[in-house]
Amino acid sequence: MTAQFDPILEGLIRAFWLLVTLDPEVYSIMLLTLRVSGIAVILATVVGIPLGAGVALRDFFGKRSLMSLVNTLMGLPPVVAGLFVYLLLSASGPLGPLQLLYTPTAMIIAQLIIAAPIVLGVTVSAVGSVDKAIRDKALSLGATRLQLTLTILREAKTGIVTSIILAFGAAISEVGAVMIVGGNIRWATRVLTTAIVFETELGEFSVAIALGIILLLIAFVINWVLTRMQWSGLRR
Amino acid sequence: MAPIEIEDLTKTYDTTVALSNVSLRIEQGDLLAIVGPSGAGKTTLLRLLDLLEEPSSGRILFNNIDTTSIDKDRLGLRRQIGMVFQRSILFNTSVYDNVAYPLRVRGVKDQLDQRVSEALELVGLEGFERRHALTLSGGEAQRVTLAQAMVFRPRLLLLDEPTANLDPRNVSIIESTITKINHHEKVTIVLATHNIAQAEQIASKVAVLREGVLAEVGNAAEVLEKSSELLASFGASVNAYSGEADLLEYGLASVDIGDNIRIEAATRKKGKVTVFIKPEDIIVSTSPIRSSARNTLKGKVTGIIDLAERVQLKINAGKEFSVIITKKSFHDLELNLGSEIHLNFKATSVRVL
Repeated sequence: MTAQFDPILEGLIRAFWLLVTLDPEVYSIMLLTLRVSGIAVILATVVGIPLGAGVALRDFFGKRSLMSLVNTLMGLPPVVAGLFVYLLLSASGPLGPLQLLYTPTAMIIAQLIIAAPIVLGVTVSAVGSVDKAIRDKALSLGATRLQLTLTILREAKTGIVTSIILAFGAAISEVGAVMIVGGNIRWATRVLTTAIVFETELGEFSVAIALGIILLLIAFVINWVLTRMQWSGLRR
Repeated sequence: MAPIEIEDLTKTYDTTVALSNVSLRIEQGDLLAIVGPSGAGKTTLLRLLDLLEEPSSGRILFNNIDTTSIDKDRLGLRRQIGMVFQRSILFNTSVYDNVAYPLRVRGVKDQLDQRVSEALELVGLEGFERRHALTLSGGEAQRVTLAQAMVFRPRLLLLDEPTANLDPRNVSIIESTITKINHHEKVTIVLATHNIAQAEQIASKVAVLREGVLAEVGNAAEVLEKSSELLASFGASVNAYSGEADLLEYGLASVDIGDNIRIEAATRKKGKVTVFIKPEDIIVSTSPIRSSARNTLKGKVTGIIDLAERVQLKINAGKEFSVIITKKSFHDLELNLGSEIHLNFKATSVRVL
């Protein structure tokens, strides 16, 4: 084995070790990562799905312009979102008195701004691509307006769950926004991505790799659950 | 629900007039066929009856209730009407959930399983509950949509070309189910079709629509006879030809349908008539056969259409004929495009209007 591969192998062993020995710092970083990205994505879902359904099912003036804006925000660089939230929450900013900067709440707000447009944009496209004949069908079979909307959402289920998967992926993997508004404070606002940056800068490559593997594992488990949801009850 | 009175109904989309001043009365228990070529306004009329759309002018009354003036109870009325759309669309879930849907939106909780299985039994799909709706064949899917429309026991059933593009076996299942629903359950049915033979076979009343205008309405046999030439000119109905009938002997006539083709038909009619031959009633042979069939024509295969278990042949024998045979016959006869074949059919297989 060449020296080049040593950090990776060491990282694998280190990751396994950190997980089985229940390293308290690693566990607190993992839990904070899950809490911040989890809450951000849940909020994005709660806002994005009904809003997306509303936009997709209604025609109104400015719909195209709104969708252009949403599609642009879907590609919003996390650093820009972080900068925006930083300015909002900094002592001299409009929400400065709330003293939220460098707290997990600030990180949740920043990730919400990243995740919400993704849920909204992908939901609009998923709901919009449901066969128009489904509408007549549901109404003809006696559905109320609300039942009709729920029926259309169920037909768009695969696409809607995709929006959640994409939003979660974007939130848990971003580093720029949580770094700016969270500050990477040990035991307080350090999440997996910022910890990886930190350890890499220190030259602790094996720890960085271990954290990277843990991040991948978490992403895999959550996506596995979401993918099950996406396919359940559908034609395979 | 009944009687249904359609008064001066007009529907326009932008600049096109889909329906123009249509007035029609449908009695309880009627099986009314609306016939007409594509684009005649049949679908528009059914969508208006299902309260999916509002008329541009005129009105529809269900049992003296003006549907254009009530806003709040359109849902209540619509929930008494079943509709089968021409394109069978189903929800992306199991057959059971599809058929239970109309009951669930009505808040029905009692005997869901039983009512779903009864509805599936009605259309000959017992035991299909657990199948996924999107894995069904076209004919099965259309029968599930009929079960969906019947599961909530509607007072009025609207059928928009329910058998278009289906194979003969599914067509006959759906036709006999429609007849059963009308006779046994006494449900009023409005059936849009461009298939005149179907209208003649199952409808009690016929209305002819042409370019949005009601051309004829009344007792099925009379209307079809009166407007037979018009109906044959749709061309949409297969093996329908109009011509002059001369009596050969009592009960047998020879009909000149043009292009040097004479068809012998068991009828006592003389003069202008329209004849129909069901595609399944024509026997195909690769060489002339000696048989009791009064009609023998020679032609060439110009089209082959796969219909699941059967094959539809288009044959040019001076006029275009459609023939439906089993796959096995098709392979045994080794037919191809351009094959020369003989068509044989009995004088009693020719329907004369």
